[in-house]
Amino acid sequence: MHNGCMPPAITFDAVSKLYGEAAAVRSVSLEIASGSFIALVGSSGSGKSTLLKTINRLVPPSAGRVLLDGVDVAAQPSALLRRSIGYVFQNIGLFPHLTVGRNIGIGLELAGRPDPARVAEMLDLVDLPHGIATRLPAELSGGQQQRVGVARALAPGPRLLLMDEPFGALDPITRDALGRKVRDLHERLGLTTIMVTHDMAEALLLASRVLVMAKGGIVADATPADLLAGKAGPEAEALVAVPREQMRRLMALDREA
Amino acid sequence: MSGFEAALGRVPLLLAQHFLLSAAAIALGLAFSLPLILVSVRRPAIGRLALALAGLVQTIPALALLALFYPLLLLFSATVGGRLPALGFLPSLLALTLYAVLPILRNGVTGLAGLDPAVIEAAEGMGMTSWQKLRLVEAPLALPMLMAGIRTAAVWTVGAATLATTVGQASLGDLIFAGLQTQDWALVLAGCLAAAALAMTMDGLLGWVEHGLRHRKRRPALTAAVVIVAALLLSAVALWPRGERTIVIGAKNFSEQFILARLIGHRLERAGYRVEYREGLGSAVIFSALQSGDVDLYVDYAGTLWGSEMRRHDRLPRAAMIAAIGDWARRQNGVRLLAPLGFENAYAFAMQPARARSLGVASLADLTRVAPRLTLGSDLEFLDRPEWRDVRDSYGLRFATTQPYAPTFLYRALGSGRADVISAFSSDGRIAADRLTLLTDPRGAIPGYDALLLVDGAHAGDTRLTDALAPLARRISLSAMQEANYRVDRDAAKQSPDAAARWLARRIGLE
Repeated sequence: MHNGCMPPAITFDAVSKLYGEAAAVRSVSLEIASGSFIALVGSSGSGKSTLLKTINRLVPPSAGRVLLDGVDVAAQPSALLRRSIGYVFQNIGLFPHLTVGRNIGIGLELAGRPDPARVAEMLDLVDLPHGIATRLPAELSGGQQQRVGVARALAPGPRLLLMDEPFGALDPITRDALGRKVRDLHERLGLTTIMVTHDMAEALLLASRVLVMAKGGIVADATPADLLAGKAGPEAEALVAVPREQMRRLMALDREA
Repeated sequence: MSGFEAALGRVPLLLAQHFLLSAAAIALGLAFSLPLILVSVRRPAIGRLALALAGLVQTIPALALLALFYPLLLLFSATVGGRLPALGFLPSLLALTLYAVLPILRNGVTGLAGLDPAVIEAAEGMGMTSWQKLRLVEAPLALPMLMAGIRTAAVWTVGAATLATTVGQASLGDLIFAGLQTQDWALVLAGCLAAAALAMTMDGLLGWVEHGLRHRKRRPALTAAVVIVAALLLSAVALWPRGERTIVIGAKNFSEQFILARLIGHRLERAGYRVEYREGLGSAVIFSALQSGDVDLYVDYAGTLWGSEMRRHDRLPRAAMIAAIGDWARRQNGVRLLAPLGFENAYAFAMQPARARSLGVASLADLTRVAPRLTLGSDLEFLDRPEWRDVRDSYGLRFATTQPYAPTFLYRALGSGRADVISAFSSDGRIAADRLTLLTDPRGAIPGYDALLLVDGAHAGDTRLTDALAPLARRISLSAMQEANYRVDRDAAKQSPDAAARWLARRIGLE
């Protein structure tokens, strides 16, 4: 499955997005190395989802450019660009009138190279039984649906995976399991992955590099270890303090027991 | 054979025409709505405008919408210089199409606008082009809602299509209107039941299609589609003109017209013609229908043509008036005045004898004095006719109130005292039967109303046809016509216009 060539590196070149007078993203410039697993963290309205969607042009930037391996994403038709990028989001958006199998195969179908064998392969990859392929999405649990969402995003073999709060609506156990699964797939398939989340603990546990956003700008950019060590500045520290404090209290409880 | 069975016998052909008209209107409505729905999705402002316009059309009563298309098409036909039929199928189709648009458009737009935004985001995120998104996601998800709209449109259209009768398109409304006019409830019932059955069947079949689409089952959708197509073919075959072109005999919306149309029709059938009736046409459209050839033959009245079509207000003796009408008619696309039938059906003002005596009224001139205390009952169109304006102005009549009634109810209004004076027709059998007092017209304000048999230009020179009808010339006396009318209009032991026409033929010695 790993096709040898490197997953894309991403460059944000002074990217801004304005909605009327309000700026959702303010002139962000950033380099993301090939093969990294990036967590984009911030509170609601910090601009993290908007910045993510400038990559697959679900949000065209008001100014600036986004480059994949040095090529402007606006250089080709949006539909073609998006077929080469996996996209998973909180509301999943499985097509309710299509079977699970057809949902997973839709990317290949769009590209004009349908491949039924690939559906079974993808179901294996996200630990779902093959029999599920003939069911309709409404018959699945939330966790199963998001697994199908991940399988659908990865079926055409993209090297870049964008995830917008992918596990936000799932229960903690499913969330943890699916998080590990995605991290595992990131390694096995050799992807560049960007995950938007408001959960700092999730970001620290999954990502190799964490970007913190506030008011449309990047306010911290550090490895999980540096963040935990408090080396990433005051905004990041405020976010890291929450899981750190929770962990401290859990360990205290554990000692008492 | 009971009246109801006889009425049912007329259903199949009318049902076929009703079905074809409704199906065509729904199909055209769909063809018109679908592109609008697609545009609306990408441009919501256009969608709102289209919905507002469709809603506005819906507020126009169906009857008025049908009637409006007649002058519109006449105007359009004149500007393109062609011979566009302004009556019959085309105006009915256009009006019903407009009617069908709203439910289809509204459900389509609502169905698409109401789609889960997450599904749309996924479609775009997966890299679907606008067309792929429509084909793979939006259309299939909005289809059940759209089908529900089509079902609503189908039921509305089948109902409204009964009104197509008034613009000269044969439909199940023929039975309903003719039945209402002659108080033949078997006819009304047959028409209503057939229309209701058609509406329910179409709704059921489309429901089947909808069910199939909703649950992604091909078989029910296909079966229903096959049934619909088969019904369309069957209707078309039933209506396919075979052999000689049929003669279309027109009739306005009252009993005498129905009877005369049958009398003419029976003679033509005996002469080997196939005959079709267009009944219930408005006075205002029937002459134009003859001019354009939508109707081949009908009986009109001298005074009506004089005032409404020729726009003349002068008064001539009966013979001179008929001659002038004959000359004028020839210039209207070659229409030929075949012959006067012999009787007059004049507008007349009738009162209850006791009431007339107590008020001291014997003539229209006497009425001037007491009119401000009285109610005038009239038929539906009289108050808008030039004859009424002439009489009113000539005698200075000012009634306390004027109240239009359907002709059948007019005599009841007079009987019950809700109207003091009514505009009656001199050939109406109920005048003699109810012993009503007819007011004299000392100033000659009411023109002559000789019944005139008119033939359109295409058949003016058809001697086989004119020979078959020649015996009718000046043959029908006023009393014979009154009696024939009374057979249809009386409350007990009513006869159908067809039976009354056969009776009349015997009465005037033609059978």
